[in-house]
Amino acid sequence: MLLSLKVSGVAIAGTLPIAFALAWLLARARFPGRFLLDGLVYLPLVLPPVVTGWLLLLAFGPEGPAGRFLDRTLGITLMFRWTGAALAAAIMALPLMVRAIRLSIEAVDRRLEGAARTLGASPWRAFLTVTLPLSLPGVLAGAVLGFARSIGEFGATITFVSNIPGETRTLPLAIYSALQIPGSEALVTRLALISVALSLGAVILSEALARRGQMNERMGHVL
Amino acid sequence: MSFEVDISRHLGDRIISAHFTADRGITALFGPSGVGKSSILNMIAGLLQPDSGRISVGGEVLFDALAGIDLPPERRRLGYVFQDGRLFPHKRVRANLLYGHDLAPPQERWMSPEEAADFLGIAHLLDRWPRSLSGGEAQRVAIGRALLSAPRFLLMDEPLSSLDLPRRDEIMTVIERIARELKLPILYVSHDRQEIDRLADTVITLS
Repeated sequence: MLLSLKVSGVAIAGTLPIAFALAWLLARARFPGRFLLDGLVYLPLVLPPVVTGWLLLLAFGPEGPAGRFLDRTLGITLMFRWTGAALAAAIMALPLMVRAIRLSIEAVDRRLEGAARTLGASPWRAFLTVTLPLSLPGVLAGAVLGFARSIGEFGATITFVSNIPGETRTLPLAIYSALQIPGSEALVTRLALISVALSLGAVILSEALARRGQMNERMGHVL
Repeated sequence: MSFEVDISRHLGDRIISAHFTADRGITALFGPSGVGKSSILNMIAGLLQPDSGRISVGGEVLFDALAGIDLPPERRRLGYVFQDGRLFPHKRVRANLLYGHDLAPPQERWMSPEEAADFLGIAHLLDRWPRSLSGGEAQRVAIGRALLSAPRFLLMDEPLSSLDLPRRDEIMTVIERIARELKLPILYVSHDRQEIDRLADTVITLS
């Protein structure tokens, strides 16, 4: 299931900076429309995935505004391509990533940034040398969690890019397809086991990372 | 080097204001808990913006509401020692000490890391993590970190309050030596009369 790994890998790598920027905005910035942005980011978490897929279809299909733009300016089509599957996976993973990263940014003691400023650091340097490293465990946890979520992405993917072998048939779609064929229980079992292993591993890893972050934080306060 | 401070700010439903001038040596801002002593230091440091007023140090205006001057903290060239040390938990002692040193322009540095480590007796702690330090050790490192950032003056916000008695005495000696030997002006906030009696050259009482 290399395709699944490729789709999810690209999705997470592409989403991580965006997720971090959104998380930072939601954690630190105060601006009008913040609650709307908050809601929009979390929307894919609560919306039926099939609806998300349909919205992607509307936006990125050949007649959609974003789809037409990409096609005309860059010659890129996402429909029925693995890149489209990556987009669907990214959108579905975004809320989880933003949430984990936002919590870790909120946990960083802002007074440490103040200390950095009095020592001569510009806001940007204080961010790079204090905020970012201290929130890193949470960022990694968010990425791992997002990766796990995107591996399992089904509804939005099948709606948006269909189920094409070798192009958009990710792990869950392959399991679904195999289930339709009589006598393929062995294949289903194998795929399901892979799926369980990936998900379990990701959850354990992200928990471990989050815990490490908390520990650093707590021990920092003992001073 | 003289401080001229005349600032006020609303904080919640309180008004925090301070109006004083100070000269060399250790100037203590004395007053009961809750009069906003820390907020005043934060305003001088540039971490908190006053609603109105003016701050100048050694003739340089750091803040002037009317003239629209508000230097960011990193350009005020001060060293701030916090009540809780506030060392960077993800950096070893050495990296904490060098944080401000490396950011200061070389021609403005007046103390080398080796000198600071000797002066404060922390040379043996350089490879330790902040979380493994005792309160007194952490506060020495915090003072060293501030001194190495090439400040023209120091702000100290109850630097002894989290220490036991023998440690207090030890750190007070360090603070006296900073004022006498390094000739660095210090604004020192405390609510402890004994500390003030021992350390301060000038006392400003806030109420």
